[in-house]
Amino acid sequence: MDGNLNALTTVFTEFYYWVTVVFMFLIHVGFCMYEVGASRRRNHMHTLMKNVMVIPLVTVTFFFFGWWIYWAFPMFPFFGGLDLEAGAANLPWAETMGPNAADRITGVFWAAFLLFSWTAASIVSGSVIERIRSSALWVHAVLIGSVWWIIDAAWGWHYGGWMVKYLGYHDAYASGVIHAIAGGYALGVIMVLGPRIGKFASDGTPRDIPPHNPWMLTIGVFLIYTGFWGFYAACNVPIISPEGIDGQITGTTWTATNIYLAPTSLSGITFNFLMSLSGGLMAAYVMSRGDAFWTFSGGLAGVITASAGNDLYHPVQAMLIAAVGVVVVYKLHFWVERKFKLDDAVGAVAVHGYSGVVGLIISGFVLWGVPSSPYEGYAAINPVGQILGAVIMFFVLGFLPGYIVAKLQASAGVLRIPEEVELEGLDYAEHHAYEEAKQEIIEADKAHLASKIAPAE
Amino acid sequence: MSTIGYESWAVDLADVGAIYPFQGAEVLMVILGVAFWIGWHRIQFVREAEHLENAKKRAVDHERIQESVERY
Repeated sequence: MDGNLNALTTVFTEFYYWVTVVFMFLIHVGFCMYEVGASRRRNHMHTLMKNVMVIPLVTVTFFFFGWWIYWAFPMFPFFGGLDLEAGAANLPWAETMGPNAADRITGVFWAAFLLFSWTAASIVSGSVIERIRSSALWVHAVLIGSVWWIIDAAWGWHYGGWMVKYLGYHDAYASGVIHAIAGGYALGVIMVLGPRIGKFASDGTPRDIPPHNPWMLTIGVFLIYTGFWGFYAACNVPIISPEGIDGQITGTTWTATNIYLAPTSLSGITFNFLMSLSGGLMAAYVMSRGDAFWTFSGGLAGVITASAGNDLYHPVQAMLIAAVGVVVVYKLHFWVERKFKLDDAVGAVAVHGYSGVVGLIISGFVLWGVPSSPYEGYAAINPVGQILGAVIMFFVLGFLPGYIVAKLQASAGVLRIPEEVELEGLDYAEHHAYEEAKQEIIEADKAHLASKIAPAE
Repeated sequence: MSTIGYESWAVDLADVGAIYPFQGAEVLMVILGVAFWIGWHRIQFVREAEHLENAKKRAVDHERIQESVERY
């Protein structure tokens, strides 16, 4: 850190990312609350532990290889080899992957990406509640959190990624790179996993399975909104000079940028986060006729739809794009549910997957011709690049791996819990120790009462 | 052609102002946004009136109302 300005910039950037990471922890808290609230009483501890253990499993694997993938894969395998030079500083044994007086950014930047990884895994976790084996889900969590999403980030969410360079792919706040891929992955898994017992009547009509605790669900979604705000900030580079970018920008004016190092502002994305949240909530309220949970999820779907271009949209555009996305997503969810008999327990495929895809496609038209990068020789943002990007995110890197791995797990008999356990409830089958301990202490207290304390006259 | 007016970032940011798409159409965008907002209220008024009308028809059953009152 030569000079006071560099030192201040570095420490500010370090602290900025650290704050975003703490905010983003609330996304996971929110997902846990939402899943537990949505599950039935007999499954809620199992549901909770399934998502809590995503945290350590994705964290350690993201340290061991996920972070390296991001730096090594931007052109691999179609347009070049692995970038071993950039990857070297991000290997788990590199000096920069620990306390290091010469590097104050790697740790917080790694953590910001890691929290995105938890989100990707947690999106899948919600759709499969009450019938998947935890061991199976945790393999999926590692794969989506530390492999597939970070490959898509290297390709389409990196200033040097091939999708950005050759397709003009633009996805500032991760409509595709987090939400479409995770929604697609979840769809692949639930297609193999099958619906919960009782979800569909014998004539194929879907039944609603009401949440055991709607208030927990409500607080969960509001925490996700809060964490999502931190996520938006984490997707920006807070302050950088044209010299630091070393691209085509001239002059000496410093700026905030998106992940591609192209100009945006924290102020602009704050407008757009709130306007797209509002557009989503309003559209979802109307579409669902005031259903509380679809309205809340619609707020989220609205933000996700607008996220691809929320670094540049006008706030009114963000609001209207969010509303359009929610209308499409809501219709599509129920059509897919009826047509294919799929049980997406929390609507994750729709809220994340379909919203992400719709958002990418819309942004290709609204941002047509906008430079995708501050560097020379990059394709401009365009509808074809965004549509191809949506297919790569949702289907190629999301749906296919999820479907294939779930098929392998199903053929090995390790995907779904036995029917008897599903009906009895996972908490009683797996957490019997709690019930036994409870019973034992109740009996002990009753015995103490009978032997030591005389009844009142 | 670029919807934000810049086809590359080979610019001095000191000279750059708005970077959102369709600059010059702000008033039209706001009109569309206001129409969305007013339309939302209209839909809501109509639907809530229908909902309350239906609820009122159900309310002739005093036993059912009493059950609701007791449920708190």
